[in-house]
Amino acid sequence: MAQNYTLNVDGKPHTVSVDDPKMPLLYALRDDLGLNNPRFGCGLGQCGACTVHVDGQAVRSCSIPVSLVANRRITTIAGFGTTEKPHPLQTAWIAEQVNQCGYCINGWIMTGAELLARNPHPTEQEVRDALADLICRCGTHNAAVKAVMRASKA
Amino acid sequence: MLEPEMTKLSRRAFLTASGALIVALATPPEWAEAVQFDSAAAAGVRPGKLSSYISIEPDGTVIAYYGKIDGGQGLETSVAQLVAEEIDVPWERVHVVISDTAKCVNMGGSTAGNGLRQGGIILRQTAAEARRLLIEMAGEKLGIAPADLTVTDGVVHSVSDPSKRISYAELIGGRSFDAPVQYRGEAQQLTVKVQAPLKKPEEFKVIGKAYPRRDMPGKVFGTLEQVTDLKLPNMIHARMIRPPVAGAVPISVDEKSISDIPGAQVVWIKDFLGVVAEKEWNAVRAAQQLKVAWSESKPNFPGHEKLFDYIRTAPVVAHSGDPKIKAVGASQEKRIGSAEDAFRQAAFILEGEYEYPTMSHASMGPACAVADVREDSATVYTSTQKPFDCQLGIAELLELPPDKVRAIWMFGTGGYARDAQGDATADAAIMSKHLKRPVRVQYMRHESLAWDPKGTPSVSRNRAGFDANGNLIAYENITKSFSMEDCNTRERHPPDTLAGMALGHPLNWRASYGTPGNGYQFENAHWGWELVAPLMDRSSPLRTTHVRDPYGPPLMFGSEAFIDEMAVHTKLDPIEFRLKFLKRPREHELFAAAAKHYGWDTRPSPRNDQQGTVATGRGFAYRQLGGTYIALIAEVRVHRDTGVIEIPRVVVAHDCGLIVNPETIKHVVDRQIIWQTSRTMYEEVRFDDKMVQSVDWLTYPVLKMPGVPRSVEIVTIDRPDQPTSGAAEMACGPLPAAISNAVFDATGVRLRRIPFTPERVMAALARGPERVVKASL
Repeated sequence: MAQNYTLNVDGKPHTVSVDDPKMPLLYALRDDLGLNNPRFGCGLGQCGACTVHVDGQAVRSCSIPVSLVANRRITTIAGFGTTEKPHPLQTAWIAEQVNQCGYCINGWIMTGAELLARNPHPTEQEVRDALADLICRCGTHNAAVKAVMRASKA
Repeated sequence: MLEPEMTKLSRRAFLTASGALIVALATPPEWAEAVQFDSAAAAGVRPGKLSSYISIEPDGTVIAYYGKIDGGQGLETSVAQLVAEEIDVPWERVHVVISDTAKCVNMGGSTAGNGLRQGGIILRQTAAEARRLLIEMAGEKLGIAPADLTVTDGVVHSVSDPSKRISYAELIGGRSFDAPVQYRGEAQQLTVKVQAPLKKPEEFKVIGKAYPRRDMPGKVFGTLEQVTDLKLPNMIHARMIRPPVAGAVPISVDEKSISDIPGAQVVWIKDFLGVVAEKEWNAVRAAQQLKVAWSESKPNFPGHEKLFDYIRTAPVVAHSGDPKIKAVGASQEKRIGSAEDAFRQAAFILEGEYEYPTMSHASMGPACAVADVREDSATVYTSTQKPFDCQLGIAELLELPPDKVRAIWMFGTGGYARDAQGDATADAAIMSKHLKRPVRVQYMRHESLAWDPKGTPSVSRNRAGFDANGNLIAYENITKSFSMEDCNTRERHPPDTLAGMALGHPLNWRASYGTPGNGYQFENAHWGWELVAPLMDRSSPLRTTHVRDPYGPPLMFGSEAFIDEMAVHTKLDPIEFRLKFLKRPREHELFAAAAKHYGWDTRPSPRNDQQGTVATGRGFAYRQLGGTYIALIAEVRVHRDTGVIEIPRVVVAHDCGLIVNPETIKHVVDRQIIWQTSRTMYEEVRFDDKMVQSVDWLTYPVLKMPGVPRSVEIVTIDRPDQPTSGAAEMACGPLPAAISNAVFDATGVRLRRIPFTPERVMAALARGPERVVKASL
């Protein structure tokens, strides 16, 4: 029996009809709301490619049921900033030309943003520690650290 | 001999040609065919037509049709630079169409880092030719001799009187260049010849500048549509069902086991099994829940722990000394002098073996594709590295003529070689044909790691013979491995994909391997390889193919680590020792640049001066491939109490000829070093006798931030007078040996098996220094 949930995504309310309340948030965002981000990387919470913010916290949307996030404030990378009004991390990411394929980018930017929200001027080691549980298969790790450091000084 | 394509030349061009291959084209309207927007597609793709490479839109935008791909390394940006440079239009106004088989000439897709070396140069030449023709056209229109004309930002004007001018858009905007292009070869061998000369390095305004990556904003703002994001009307989601034991096939499927999932249904054709549902999560659930009875299968895999002993003892089914080998595309052995004779004269023989494990592509995103198969045609959306081969493979699979299948390449996860994207595309096509509607297939994480085609595991055997005075007189390097093509690197035929094999095609095996890329001029030397048979005759999760830099790390770990052993034996500094056998000035300049940047002190390894818990060392390795030269220095800190190796610093001196974009190249090399660090320190596909056991990021560990080399320093050597050779993968090859050599420098202990896990480091330290010098026969 399908159930309806209200999801507040990138500042807009949406109603989704869900067959299985255990369905991860990721599928509501991609399949029901048609957002290109976040991405499916592992479905196991091990890589970070599906990361969004829920009430400001970086959360792996592949591993949190949609029923748990109804009515909470969900932000994706697309709602984070635009070309006209970019988030400082998005600006820094472009300035450092961080990515290769870019499939992992949600995890890095959303986790980096969570760090800067609680610690606006981190040391390089603090940045490395904050990003320690993310996977990138193109090897952009050092470039990502530089981008977060750049944003922290912006 | 060049093969001009004489069909479809315009009447005027043909008449004027009168035997000459290229003609000076006259009155514009005759060869500028009137077609609408996106002219190349309308004009039909032909390698002998200029319109299939370059076109100009009504607003003056230049479109370049690039028959290769951009796997995330910024080729789109650099290709636009090459075209903008030659055609004299601002870089911002050059648009690159990437591998749509209905619009682009087949340039072979991605291979061997030749995106600029082969595909880029073709578009550079044809852009120059387009500029030449446009100047001729303008000359006729303006009544000015071409010699008095030049181009500024897409406007042709008189040099003596700049007010006499006409724009590219006015000359040909929206119509296509119906001018011939001489070409030879096809796909990766395609080359073209045009009348227009290329600009000289001193004329460059766009080449050599650090233009920003075009794809970056779309990735950063979440607006770039990757293949995973594509949604077609009436599209249904699919997931594949793979057997729990390699080789097993479905014998019964309990469709009722998923009857509670809305819209879920089974697609079962021969051994091809999948599920579909309108909603993606329901397809995922159905795949998890479906009950299948599988046939008995005993693949008898050797298991990853016994794999190298298996390779050592397995019969050789093909080898590099076989003169027939070259006919199937594999590289033959390399010989200088007679190593066999020289070994018989040796006073000492040094031997060293090295082991490189099975690798998964382990792409960040599992493979994904969308197929829309109709009654008499099909379109597939794919991020395979070889879209034109994919087109042919899908056509054969669907029993359609190739020209009725269109493959459209889209950005996707970085796979960097023949990963599972082509398999997913074939899966989607089979499902779409069966269901008569568009189908999107995405693999799951376990499927991506367990079932992607794998990188070849190998054992590298090395020998060096020295005379009584300690001079090197004989050298041998033999890699014993599986073929690089258990599974073809292109998905050109059904047996090259999992779907094709599930429908009954056997493995399309062929002998394919190579020798390490270097320029050593030893007196007597033999480089070769031996292959063992594939582990299964079809659908093996351990079928081998190209991973990124296929001929790099597996071959060069052994070859460059053993060169270090030879230097140690002769008590020479490792750079000094190598340079004794390298003759090219480029190699000497490269080594000097690396050594100077690093602050290399000339001395033999190992250091033997460190007593503490942490030992520091530096290692060197060298590589030459397709005109690209790499000298690589790795610095390590070995923790003797835990076996952890830190890599604080890697220095790469990089010479790939003319540098098109100085920033992009540094980024590409920086990311490669980190990528290969993961392979060297963490990665190995684990498997038992039945199945691959590496199914997630815990059972297939990869590099995370704590293991990243802190400082990757790249010294680029720009050679504007040399062709651009390539930078996409060449720096991977030397890294494993450089790290192993650095560990030896620090500790006197040699690591011979990748990955260099703490357990293996501890075991090597416990064994202590080896005795590797053997008396001669």
